[in-house]
Amino acid sequence: MTRTAEHHDVSPQAVTLDTTVVTSWKAPIAFAIFTVVALALAVFAPRSGDTTYRWSRETDAIQVPDLVVPAEQALWAVVALLAVATVYSVLLVRSKRRVPLWLIVVFAILFMFGFLTWAGAGSSLPMIGLLFGSLSLAVPLIFGSLAGVIGERAGVVNIAIEGQLLAGAFTAAVVASVTGQPWLGLVAAMVAGMLVGMVLAAFAIKYFVDQIIVGVVLNVLVTGLTSFFFSQVLAPNAATLNTPPRFDRLPIPLLSDIPIIGPVFFRQTVIVYLMYIAVALVFFGLFYTRWGLRVRAVGEHPQAADTVGINVNRTRFWNVALAGAIAGLGGTFFTIGSGIAFNKEMTAGAGFIALAAVIFGQWDPIKATLAALLFGFASNLQNTLSVIGSPVPSEFMLMLPYVVTIFAVAGLVGRSRPPAADGKPYIKS
Amino acid sequence: MSDPTEPRGEAPRAHDLDPDVALEEPGAASPATGTATVDARATATGPGGPTEPDAPPPSRWHTMLRQIATGNALISVLSVILALIVGAIMIAFTDERVQETSAYFFARPSDMLGAIWDSVSGAYAALFQGSIYNFRRDTFLAGIRPLTETLTFATPLIAGGLGVALAFRVGMFNIGGRGQMLIAASVAGWIGFGFDLPWGLHMLVALIGGMVGGAIWAGIAGVLKARTGAHEVIVTIMLNYVAFYLVSWMLRTPGLLQAPGSSNPKTPGMKDTAIFPALLGPQFNLHLGFLLALAATFLVWWILNRSSLGFKFRAVGINPNAARVAGINVKSMYVYAMLISGALLGLAGVNQVLGTVTTGFTAGIDAGIGFDAITVALLGRSTPWGTFAAGILFGAFKAGGFSMQAAEGVPIEIVLVVQSLIVLFIAAPPLVRTIFRLPDPNAKPKRARKAAKKEVAAK
Repeated sequence: MTRTAEHHDVSPQAVTLDTTVVTSWKAPIAFAIFTVVALALAVFAPRSGDTTYRWSRETDAIQVPDLVVPAEQALWAVVALLAVATVYSVLLVRSKRRVPLWLIVVFAILFMFGFLTWAGAGSSLPMIGLLFGSLSLAVPLIFGSLAGVIGERAGVVNIAIEGQLLAGAFTAAVVASVTGQPWLGLVAAMVAGMLVGMVLAAFAIKYFVDQIIVGVVLNVLVTGLTSFFFSQVLAPNAATLNTPPRFDRLPIPLLSDIPIIGPVFFRQTVIVYLMYIAVALVFFGLFYTRWGLRVRAVGEHPQAADTVGINVNRTRFWNVALAGAIAGLGGTFFTIGSGIAFNKEMTAGAGFIALAAVIFGQWDPIKATLAALLFGFASNLQNTLSVIGSPVPSEFMLMLPYVVTIFAVAGLVGRSRPPAADGKPYIKS
Repeated sequence: MSDPTEPRGEAPRAHDLDPDVALEEPGAASPATGTATVDARATATGPGGPTEPDAPPPSRWHTMLRQIATGNALISVLSVILALIVGAIMIAFTDERVQETSAYFFARPSDMLGAIWDSVSGAYAALFQGSIYNFRRDTFLAGIRPLTETLTFATPLIAGGLGVALAFRVGMFNIGGRGQMLIAASVAGWIGFGFDLPWGLHMLVALIGGMVGGAIWAGIAGVLKARTGAHEVIVTIMLNYVAFYLVSWMLRTPGLLQAPGSSNPKTPGMKDTAIFPALLGPQFNLHLGFLLALAATFLVWWILNRSSLGFKFRAVGINPNAARVAGINVKSMYVYAMLISGALLGLAGVNQVLGTVTTGFTAGIDAGIGFDAITVALLGRSTPWGTFAAGILFGAFKAGGFSMQAAEGVPIEIVLVVQSLIVLFIAAPPLVRTIFRLPDPNAKPKRARKAAKKEVAAK
């Protein structure tokens, strides 16, 4: 699958340098598969009629005109373009060059456009609702993946994201219900997530227990604890303990009036705005501050970090605790973020999806956020298509994000490299 | 993410002594490598060992007492006790009578203490009577029924736990138990209700079909890891969801898995020729599946400890780079390991449809066993017989948990808490030792310490 070619570059200074270009057939193969899928849709399940993309709501100040596309012709055009992209990628790889990222992005957008047009033939797609919902659904995933990124960059595998989200959701619901203050619920959720993170850190760092074991077990523990207290305490006293107030939508003046972008990004709840800040802070912090340098040092080469005077285990402990607090904050989305009462196992595997986003995003906060957004988009796509009456059984739509992830991980991401000391305890000798 | 079974911490130094010995040591390749090999080293260089020639040999009683006090068995027992104590605290605190009596605790403390005792002892008595022996029944046969229930609940946990444990030993983490069980259950169920075959053969075909289904589903992750480097944790998690939605779709589509003439997403019942026979007669639920799980345990033990394939598995699990240098095809080991792992989880799925729930199944047939299996494998330290024992323990908790819920109104989730605490405590022996103030096996006895120090200085 992978070929290596040698290029002899001659620099202006007449110094000969050998460079090795590793090319891979994975991207062309993945392209070809998706092109065939699109072709199959066009040939075996043709749908006629117009697809209307609605870009604004009636209440918006600035109206963006709808985009009307004839479904059948559009799908054929997309198939042709996809085929061109596939051929181009094959040519690139044959001439020992890499498939550039922009081509992959363009390919994905084209495929998505073709699919949406095909699925929405004869009806109109509310794009604002689709994107708005995608962002909302991605919120816990983004917080979870940020927690995963910080933990793993510091060298501690955090499989307990699911447990931290659940602990955050539970505590937020209870504290907000009792006090009537969603903000207090938010703080309590962060504390709860932090506690789970601290248990993980204590077992992983002090007792050298395998981090995956602790993570898996903590998930079970938090599931058990929250479900137990739900059945035993919350359910009989639902009125006082489990009727959380919700954060109201908070449109940001001016920004929320921008067409398309405004309604999607700037008419959200406080939790979503906190998410923007968190992503920016984590990205900036990890790569441009002393804190970030230290976190990455203890995760990549703890011995070296120790040599220059960084306390490896203390750094790891507090960063895993911080990561827990971030994941706990993400858990608030499920209860006070949506105004829903806590229920058993209500996070439903979101923590594992966040974990997948961490690896998919190659341990980078921005890429992990994008991966989480992709998951959010795919799950909301199903909701939207089932409302307009999709030709595909809903189960297959629900399956789509997971299948796409498998393809992406196998075909495009490939062998992603975790931080070097990820998962290994540091034992000072 | 790193390989879960990669030797870490102190382990490599222990292996330096003799790589083959380290390979044969069953705990050495388990995910709890750190603790296991530290213990192994402690026995190798412990009291009476060659490292302290100057020290007078400690008395036999002393040695024996130390071994009991520092051994793994004691840690395991103490871990279970600790977890049960935490469970007791939770039961007591959420009990209504305890809350009522706590209001006047300082006036009449005996009331609250009595209420605590009633709630905790009642719950744990129900747990025991639901899982091992019910003294309230008249005959021995009726009284022992809970024990057979325990074994019935343990059967899929053992099979699934073996699958996860085997993958662990090869350095892979199979979180995809749910998907593999669902696919296996669907294939076995489809053969079980859709075909007419003679008794025995029908069962066998369904069993093999289901196991192959599970193996293929896990094999996807193995092949992708070997060929493209896709991380098996992501792929197996994703395949869980894919399998769930695939099976849900088949269950509501007439002509595939849905029962004819029904609109529920449920299959028809299995044909009698495909159902696992009851082992102890019709009044007990225990079925052939338990013997299959027992056989699977033996088979996995044989594969891991006696076959050359198992040797390669463990070599790859401990150090894939060294294994590659030694001429082992690491990639095909990943594929084989996932295939076997998936087949074992498939056995758990087949066991559900042909043994436990024979009247037709829904998409919830896996009943969370795919995830429980991970805890079982961890508690069993990824060894076959350890997993077997852990499966029976968790089966007992499950059987007893249901009767506890029915008899005392204690939610079954308490079982999850106790189970996870047990694994957590067992994984961290130093914590348990600190709580019970037990001696540390690494700290040498006082008399020997001086001699050991001298030797270190000489090096």
